[in-house]
Parts: sequence; structure tokens; C-alpha cells
Amino acid sequence: MNIVVCVKQVPEVTDAELEVTKKGTQIITEDLEFDINEWDNYAVEEAVRIKETFGGKVTVITVGDEDSEDVLRQALAMGADEAIRVDEGGFELSDARGIAKGIFQAIRDLPFDMLFTGAQSSDDGWGQVGLMLAELLDLPYASLVVGIHIADDKLVVLRELESNTQEKVELPLPAVLTIQTGLNSPRYVSIMGIQKARRIGIKETGFDELGLPEEEIGPKGSSVDSQSLSLPPAGKGAEILTGTIEEISEKAAQIIRDKGGVI
Amino acid sequence: MGEILVLVEQRGGELRDITFEMLTLANRLGREHGLAVTALFLGHGASDLAYKLTSACDIVLVMEDPELANYNADPYLIALDEVIKDRMPFLTMVGHTSMGMDIVPALAARLSLPLVTDCAEMSIADEGRLEVLRQIYGGKINAKLTMKPSDRYLISLRMGSFDAEAEQGKSGSVETVPAPSWTNLRGRKFLTYLEAGLEDVDIGSADILVSIGRGVGKPENIPLAQEFADSIGATLACSRPVADEQWLPKSRQVGTSGKTVRPRLYIALGISGAYQHQVGMKNSDTIIAVNTDPKAPIFNIAHYGIVADMLEVMPQLTDKFAKR
Repeated sequence: MNIVVCVKQVPEVTDAELEVTKKGTQIITEDLEFDINEWDNYAVEEAVRIKETFGGKVTVITVGDEDSEDVLRQALAMGADEAIRVDEGGFELSDARGIAKGIFQAIRDLPFDMLFTGAQSSDDGWGQVGLMLAELLDLPYASLVVGIHIADDKLVVLRELESNTQEKVELPLPAVLTIQTGLNSPRYVSIMGIQKARRIGIKETGFDELGLPEEEIGPKGSSVDSQSLSLPPAGKGAEILTGTIEEISEKAAQIIRDKGGVI
Repeated sequence: MGEILVLVEQRGGELRDITFEMLTLANRLGREHGLAVTALFLGHGASDLAYKLTSACDIVLVMEDPELANYNADPYLIALDEVIKDRMPFLTMVGHTSMGMDIVPALAARLSLPLVTDCAEMSIADEGRLEVLRQIYGGKINAKLTMKPSDRYLISLRMGSFDAEAEQGKSGSVETVPAPSWTNLRGRKFLTYLEAGLEDVDIGSADILVSIGRGVGKPENIPLAQEFADSIGATLACSRPVADEQWLPKSRQVGTSGKTVRPRLYIALGISGAYQHQVGMKNSDTIIAVNTDPKAPIFNIAHYGIVADMLEVMPQLTDKFAKR
């Protein structure tokens, strides 16, 4: 089983207070940590587990700047065998279609049985690249995958639907899957593991080598004209309890009592 | 007159709320811009459902075929491709659901349509450009997008963004369209639906829920949360990251892919409040939220907020009740 996994580096924003640049075109990332997109991490883990069971090779690919090699190194440390970085030069301000076309050009000649992407990214959350790739590759696909069973030349996968419901779907190989979080428990990689992975070379390619028409990527190829970011309006909002932690706890306890929270 | 085409979502013989939510938006846009609203119903042997849509649109277009009995991306893509090429709607609208997320990117690639996924609000501006509001970075940032001019657009609409009204003052006609020949299917097969198995507790029937999120930090802290829940007679629930980590069973998860709950009191600890979570709990009578980020979206829908580390607040609270 040869598997290609698309990964993306994203800012870690869970515990961060975000701010927007003056122009309102992007968030201020100076104080943010960057990490592999959570969905992609599950995808890498799943690919490595399948390789460990069935043999084969895992290739990870990203579109990004030099810093984004960190997520490729992390994937290599988790057990991926090869890594490709498509330099972001020319791809800035691409929409998902532009990114999908770049990845398609870079992987179309690779022999693979499965291609994974995360179901979405934690930053823009378009959730588009995986299925656009499937269409460009003319391959069967399934999105939001939370279970994978491999039998001979076909796959049976579980898709996550709403309200605690799943759907069982069969696909012939090769196929494209977009991975939902919770599919597995991604392994922890140590700093040492990542250091070791530095010995594996990362293949670099870019706009010039990929032979894409200029008008299909970047802002020219995007269907978005402009984007303006802002912090959401506060709404009516919560009454914030203030004071020392002891005072706050007492106020909260009183609310809980008032609402019937006692044994 | 231009047209807005809305893809009806149904499962197990029931229309899903997102269908009517989309029609609410489509009818508003239709009124503002003189566009007809057409609901496209794909299915097999369930066309009586189509008649439940006539009060909410101008035309219900029904395509029936055994291939369309249960949702399957392969035939759905071919059907949508045919209908869109035939009718050339200005706007095609699909739910940002497990179904819509499984269709629209491929459809956009196939038909070279400009696509915006996960729209929370939209309007049609000058020159017929779409203006769309999306939430990004887990709901921490609003993004207002202006699209390039186009004759046709494709969007997916976020669940819960509009009211789901079956009665929208319309009296639409029902028309049937023949199914296309199913050449070029790629071999995907629908096998079965799996409902959640036996659950240890039903969080949907609890009066009080203590719900924990990523802020719980590590599995060793779960017993502390359980202790707090016990002290006030609450049931322990969680947001997605906690279930993903398998620190609590999936049956405890509140949100779109888990359970929708409406307890008397919902205490959200270390939950930032992404919309997938909010959809599952925003109708609780009283919501208390504890989070370190004062701008966390959860504070927009909570009644009371505490800006602090849940791991500091929780033991204090447990003490107050355990002592009684």
C-alpha cells in the first residue's frame, strides 16, 4: 500500500487571543506557535499504521514556505518515508482549487493506492482540497472518514454523519480519503525523532517545475476577490464574574444552587 | 429570471432541518433579487417527501432512481452535474453537512464553479457578486469575502445559521426530471447506516451537564471533572477533542456529530465553543462558561462567564458542594 498524505502547517490558536492586521487581510501570527493541522496528523498516523501492517511507502506533501518543512519532518519522524515540499512561491492567495492543482501536478506521476488529506484545516476550514484532488485525479473518494478496513483491492470506510450516526461505504482502489479527527491516536514524536528525520532529504519543487498556467493559481486563479477579517462582534455576551478566584467560585456556586444544582 | 437551486437533504425518510434553513436564505435572496427558488429532491421511492417542500419554494424538482436511494457521492455528482448544466442556476446551495462536505468540492472542480464552503451569511452585491460571511480559526475570526463576478456560484451553508421554517408562504409546483444514464460511476457503494451503540449514559436526558473541553489538559484530570459533576448532581459530557482523545466515550460528546442537548444548566469548562459545539447546546436554559481566553466564542452564547483556568475553578467549586 503506497499512500500519499497531504499536510499543512497552521498556527495553533486554541489558547491564543487573536488579532487582525491593520489592513484586515490576515491575523497577526508573530506570537503564535505553528504545528501540523490536527486533521492531517490523524491522516499521517493512519497512513503509517497501514504501511506497518501491509508494507509500502508513505509520502507526505505540503505547499508552503521553508518553515513548513517542520511539519514534513514531524511526519517523517512519525514514520513517513518521503517528503515533498511545493514551494509556496506563486501559490500565495490561491484558493483551495489553486492548491489542489499544485499538489495534483506534483503527485500525478507517483504510484499510490490511497491519497489522504485532513477533512479540513483548523485555519481557513474550507474543507475542499481533498475532494478537488479526487476530481482532478478522477478517483473515487470518501470524506470525513473515521474508520478504514482494507480488503484485497477495495476499501470499506466509515464516514461520520450527524447525530452519532456513521455510514459504511465501499470504494475500489486507488481512492482518496479525507480524514476526520478521532480516527486513531496519533503517536507522539520526540525532538530526537525529529532530529533523526533530518537525515531524510525533502524533495523540493515549485511553480516553475510544475508547469501550471499562471492564471490558474495565486490571486489570478482564485474565485475570491478580497477578504476582510475582523473579530466577531461580542453579541449580547455573558455576564463575566469578577473578583478573586475564591469570590468568583462563590458567585458561580450560588448560580449553580439557584439553577438547582445540588444533590 | 435567474434561479437559486437548493439541494434537499433527507435521510431515513425524513427531511433534514438544513433543507429548510437553506430555503429560508434562498427565499430572502429570491425576494431581494427576483430569483426563483427551486428545491432539488434526489431519492428513490420517497417522493411524498417532496410535497412537504412546496410551501417553501417555487419549484420542487424530483429525480428518482434506485441509484439515489441513499446518499452516494458518485450518482449525486452526476445528477447535480446534469441538472446544473441544464438549468444554469445563478446560485446552487448545499448544506455544509456530512453530505454537502462530501459533494461540493468535487462538484466545483467538475463544473469549474466558484465555491464558498461553510457560509454563515451571504448577500448578492453589485454586478451579481456574492458577499459571504465565514467564521475561521475555530470561530475566533470573521471573514467577509467578496467573490469575483460570475454567472454561477456554488455555496455550502453552515447548519443552524437560519430558521428552519416549513411554511414560507409559497405554493410551489412539483416537477419530475428523468435520471441520467449512470455512466462514469467510480465504484463507490453505500452499504449501511450505523447508529450509535449502547450508551453508558444518555446526556440528552440530563438536567445538568458539566461539559469539559480541551482545557482539561490531560486524562489524569478527568476524575476531577467527574468529582465536580457528582458534587452538584450533574452528568459529565464533553466537546469533540476530549472524545477524539478517547478520554471520554463518544456517547458523551455534545455537538453536531454527537448529541444535541438542552439541559436546565450547562457548565462548559475549557470549551472554546466552535459552532459545531454551539449547535449542540446553545438552547440550554442557563449556560456557565469557564475559559482562559476572554474572546472565546463560548462567551457569546453563555449567560455567565469566568475567565480563568478550569483546573483552578473546578476544585474550588467541588469543595463548596462536597462540604455541604
